[in-house]
This record gives sequence, C-alpha cells and structure tokens, in this order.
Amino acid sequence: MELWFTEIHTPNVRFSIKVDRQLYSYTSEFQRIDIFESQEFGRILTLDGLMMVAEKDEFIYHDMIVHVPMATNPEIKRVLLIGAGDGGAVRELTRYDGIEHIDMVEIDKEVVKACREYLPSLSYKLSDPRVHLHFEDGLKFVRTRENEYDLIIVDSTDPFGPGEGLFTKEFYGNCYKALKADGILVNQHESPYYPEDALAMNRAHQRIKAFFPICKVYQAHIPTYPSGHWLFGLASKQYDPLKVDLNRWERLGLHTRYYNTDLHKGCFALPTYALELLEHGEDDDE
Amino acid sequence: MNGKLSQKKAPLAEALARYRKNRIVPFDVPGHKQGKGNPELVEFLGAQCLSVDVNSMKPLDNLSHPSSVIKEAEALAAEAFGADNAFFIVGGTSAAVQGMVMCSCKRGEKIIMPRNVHISAINALVLCGAIPVYVNPGANEMLGIALGMTVDNIRMAMDENPDAKAVFLNNPTYYGICSDLEAVVELAHSRGMKVIVDEAHGTHFYFGEGLPKAAMHCGADMAAVSMHKTGGSLTQSSLLLTRSMNPGYVRQILCLTQTTSASYLLMVSLDISRRNLALRGCETFARVLELAEYARQEINKIGGYYAYSTELCQDQAVFAFDRTKLSIYTRNIGLAGIEVYDILRDEYDIQIEFGDIGNILAIISVGDNERMVERLVAALYEIKRRYAKDPSGLLNNEYIAPQVILPPQNAFYGEHRFLPLKESSGHVSAEFVMCYPPGIPVLAPGERITDEIIDYIAYAEEKGCLLTGPEDATLATVKIVEG
Repeated sequence: MELWFTEIHTPNVRFSIKVDRQLYSYTSEFQRIDIFESQEFGRILTLDGLMMVAEKDEFIYHDMIVHVPMATNPEIKRVLLIGAGDGGAVRELTRYDGIEHIDMVEIDKEVVKACREYLPSLSYKLSDPRVHLHFEDGLKFVRTRENEYDLIIVDSTDPFGPGEGLFTKEFYGNCYKALKADGILVNQHESPYYPEDALAMNRAHQRIKAFFPICKVYQAHIPTYPSGHWLFGLASKQYDPLKVDLNRWERLGLHTRYYNTDLHKGCFALPTYALELLEHGEDDDE
Repeated sequence: MNGKLSQKKAPLAEALARYRKNRIVPFDVPGHKQGKGNPELVEFLGAQCLSVDVNSMKPLDNLSHPSSVIKEAEALAAEAFGADNAFFIVGGTSAAVQGMVMCSCKRGEKIIMPRNVHISAINALVLCGAIPVYVNPGANEMLGIALGMTVDNIRMAMDENPDAKAVFLNNPTYYGICSDLEAVVELAHSRGMKVIVDEAHGTHFYFGEGLPKAAMHCGADMAAVSMHKTGGSLTQSSLLLTRSMNPGYVRQILCLTQTTSASYLLMVSLDISRRNLALRGCETFARVLELAEYARQEINKIGGYYAYSTELCQDQAVFAFDRTKLSIYTRNIGLAGIEVYDILRDEYDIQIEFGDIGNILAIISVGDNERMVERLVAALYEIKRRYAKDPSGLLNNEYIAPQVILPPQNAFYGEHRFLPLKESSGHVSAEFVMCYPPGIPVLAPGERITDEIIDYIAYAEEKGCLLTGPEDATLATVKIVEG
C-alpha cells in the first residue's frame, strides 16, 4: 500500500510526501486540520490541504522568523505573535530571558489543541508563564492596541482563507499603531517563484512600505514550501537589521541550527528577479 | 401536500436540470449554443452557467405568459412571501417599481409619494403621465437623511387630494428607516386608495425575526422586493408581490416594458433563492442581524463614527429601524461619507454600498462572516487615525423640498432649451439630476431649479459623487422647460 499526501502548488505542479499514516483529522469552524506521520519529514501539519509545518524542516522557518528580529534588537521585551498555533515560534522566543510577555493570538483553538497533542516538539513551550494565549481574530486583537509591543510576528497561513485579513493594509496600519516607537514587524512573506505567491508577496510588501520607514525582505530555503524559496518581511520604525551590532546577539550564547549572524547579513541579499518583483508595484501592471 | 414540503421544490431549477440532462441539440437562440460557440466566455463564466443560458421553450415555460414551471415557481414565491401573486422580474427592481406605479394610476391621476423615492418611480411617472403629490418625508437634521412619511402627513395629503389613486412608500429606506405601514394601509384602504411599497431593501423582513413588518404582512396591495439585494439571487432579478390585484392586468402592464427573452439565469436564481429563504431564511437573517449588531457596537467604540439604530425611533417620522442595515454617520471625523467610501475602496479594497454627504452604508448579508466585518472595522479605525480632520466646513445633507410646477411627463416631453446650470435658477427643469449613489433625484422633470439646488450639485460633485441623468453628461448645461 502506498499513501501519499499531495499539495497542489500550482494547477500544473504537485508536491507529494509519502505518508505512513494519518494521525489526526478535524474540521474546525475555520478550516480542515490534518496531521500525518511521514518517513521523510516526520509529522506534518496541514491546514485545508496546505503544508504548514513538518517536524524535520520547521527549524528553518522558526529560526528565521524569530532570531532575525531578535538579533536586530536583543532588548525586545513585549512580543505579539499572530497565528503561530503550532507553537514553534513561541518555543524559539521563550529561549530569550529578556522577553517578559508574549501575547499569542491564534484564530483557531483547534490548531493549538491538535499541535499540543501531536507535535509536542513544537508546542511544548506554550505553557511558559510568559505566554498568554488569545483565541481570536488577529485583526480584531491588534486594532485596539496602541504603543504596546517591541515586536509583532505574523506567522500566518496564506492570504486565501482565515489568514486573509492578515495581509491587508488595515492590518499593517494597526500593527504600526500597536508597536512602540522602535518596534519591529516580521511577517511570513510568501514566495517570489510561482506567480500567485509572488502577487501576494508584492501586495504585502507595497502595503507595509506605506507605513514603515525601514522595510527589508529576507529569504530562507524551506524544502516543504512551494518552490522551496521562502521570504520574510522585516519592517522597522528605527532599527535597520543590517546596521546593528550582531555581537550583542552572539553574547547571548544561543545555539541555533539554521540561523547564525553571518547568515543574518547574507539573507537580505535577494536574487535579482525577486528584487524586481518586490519593487514592481501592483499598479504597474494595470 | 403541506406548505413546508412544497417550499423544498424549485420547479424552474428542476426543469433546467432536466434540460441539461437531456442533451438537447439546440437549433434555437442563443447563438452561443450552450457555450460551444464562445469558449472564452465558457472559460470565464463556467460551462455549468452557459449550459442553462437558454431561450424559453415548452418545457421551460415563458415569462410573458407563464403556464407551467415558471407559473409554479411564482406560486411558490407568492406563498413564501405571503402574497396572492408573485411575478418574476428580470429588469431589476426598477421594473417592479414601474410596474406597481403603472398598475395603480393612469395619465393625469394622482399618486401620493415622498420625494426621496428611487429614480425608477419618477421614471414611471414620466412614462404613464401620473401626477405626483409629494409629502415631505421629514429629516434627521444631524444625520442629514430623509425619514419616513408620518401617518398625519399622509392623511393631510389625502384630505387635500381625495382623488389620489395610490400611496407610494419606501420601506425601509436605503438607510433602514420604516414607516407605520399598517396604519397607512388602513387609512388608504378606507379612502379607496392603493398602497404600493418600494421594498427594495426589505426582502429579509419576510423571513427574519425581530425585524420591521413586511409590506404583504401589513396588507399592502403591491410590493417590489429586490431579491438580489439581500435575498441572494443574481443582480437584476427581483420580485413583484401583489394582494387582491388582478394578476392578468398586472402581467399585461409588466409586459409593456419587459423583455421577451427573459434570462433563465436570473429566473432560476430567483427560484433557488426563494427556496433557500423559505427553508433557512429565519436562521440566516438571525445571523445577519447578529453580525450587523456586532459591527455597529464595534464601530461606535472607535469614537467619531456613529452607527445608528433603533434610538432614531424617538422621532415620529421613524416608526421602526431595520437593524440589519449598517448605516454610519461619518461627518464628526471630518470626512464626508463619499470620501470614506472612496478611501475604503481605493486604499483598503473594501467596497461598500454607498456614501453620501454625511453617511456611509455597508450591506451585511447572507454572504458575510465575522472576518469580513473585522476588516471593515479595522479599516475604519485606520481611516480615522490617518485621515480624521476638523469637521467644520463640511456641508450637512439637507432635505430640499421640491417645488413641483409641472407633471413630470409634461415637463419631460414639452418644449425645452438648454441653459448653463449656473444661470438656470428660477427655471423649471425638463430632466433629472441624480447623485449616484443612492440614486434619488436632486431634481426631477417639472421641478423648479433653485440656488440651493445648484449649490448642492456643485458640492456633491466636488466631493466625488457621480452625477447622472442630464442629457449633457458634463452638466455644464441643464435642459429647462420653455416659457
């Protein structure tokens, strides 16, 4: 018997992982949640049939979404995490003793429940006393906050489905307002390769640029994501991630599997086609 | 067969499904032949859709003279809405409104109506030659919106015009204001007048709970119901509902202006939507109401915006308020409604129904969920944060009482000439001028042009309203009645 999980990356491209067995399946108010056991990638979490995390390569994503902003400003104390129901981002954040408070806003409590049970290697820090879980719409949570956070991390699904509101101009504007005067916003920024992902990437970038004086995009290579080439956005009110003293982070003595401070400097160097896509505003193609 | 069981049927949808299954070879119109002749259109709209874009034929009945599946579908609609008869309308609710006016009065006969009627009602007067007797609907001065005619004002108009044939009401108005329909029906019927209701924004009244009473349930003679607005059917599909009217005569009047190639896509959308409403309307509108109440509460927390509700009923010109409407007064953040409307679309990709001088209106319907409402609320927060300014200097909407000099038909078809708009004060207009949205005329044929109206038009244009109606589309000149 052969059992395969297949994700449709484009109408013409499919990505399949051989599955040993399905551990969990549930349709919540928001989406279908599945967890599979696989040989190659360990346990994998999918939402509405799209790969969210795989045990074997999740370290890349979570290292990059957390340690790049933390190295940019190691003084960060108050963090707002939007999405991130698997707990992987919380696991990395709680390694910093300087962080005092983490609000994690996940719309779907069923995702957290499933990850607590089946993905303990990601979710085991969700019970850290600094972590405050809120099961509500991120857009709703952030709109009433003002001048409260040093860092906002948007660890969302794609902009089609429950995560749609987290790619909008009103959301980025509300994040700007919720951040302190030296705040940083990091978001998963889709991929430049396939046209539909690239469009989402471009729209997100244009919208963030409208609010933040410093807007950088950095990359990582994630085998289970479409095209394998994934981007993150770092928008900042004051700190430029390429003009900070990275030794401050080195002195914390954290061991990371993907991130290091040389990579920090290198990951902002993007391929030419990606730079062109980012700069080419969506109005240009009308 | 009991009523509930029959509402599970959708005779027209079932007939079209049979047509599809029978793989009929078409040697009739439309020429795209179930889409085969227009692959680009099939790709864009879908093969399912094109396969039932067909012409009337024996198994599918004919809207000009229904005798089988359309007749059955209309009978089910009548039952669902508590009417004696229901007529499928494919020319929009405008066609239903025109049908109501033309069924109830002829050339030279009087009809009592508020001036804030939709353009389609005054168009009907131009077509049939009836004479409007306008009743001031009253206004909320702060919000700058017209309200509902009071029973007292209607009685006065009836006393002065005992020969009037009908009373025309907007219920609810675009903003959600309702009149005391039951009292108006009782009064009108005691004087032999018909009550006809533009219920374009009130489909949900027939199915929801805790909402104002629907026209047919109040005993009105006719109502035009925009199924496509809040009922879920395709744009341009609508229903005309009647009680104690001669259905044969109503059909004749409708056929005067109705297409003989009625779209089956529109008609089947009415049939399927009626079934949904009859079976699930109550729970659907309970949910819509909950979403609208939630949005109102959150928007009022922002400060500056005022999302109004039943507290308006303290005014005697507001008998009831439709709480599914999300009408928001924006003037206190220093922005005209039309400006907020434009910013929402241009900056936030949020399209709302309309903005006027002081208000915006968002339609909440069966297709919405909390996350969409959150986007609207978040965007309104942002608009206040980024754009709010001093509100002084913003004009308030005002009800400008019309001076009717000539019946609309005489003015429209009479001798006329063009004058620059700025120099037209004092003359009688031969045409319409409307701010769109919401499509209520600022000026109708036969009304005197005043300085106040000229100023209002200039202001609306400056704020970005689309001005429609005049023959000279630039509105540099206006057509006036000669002499």
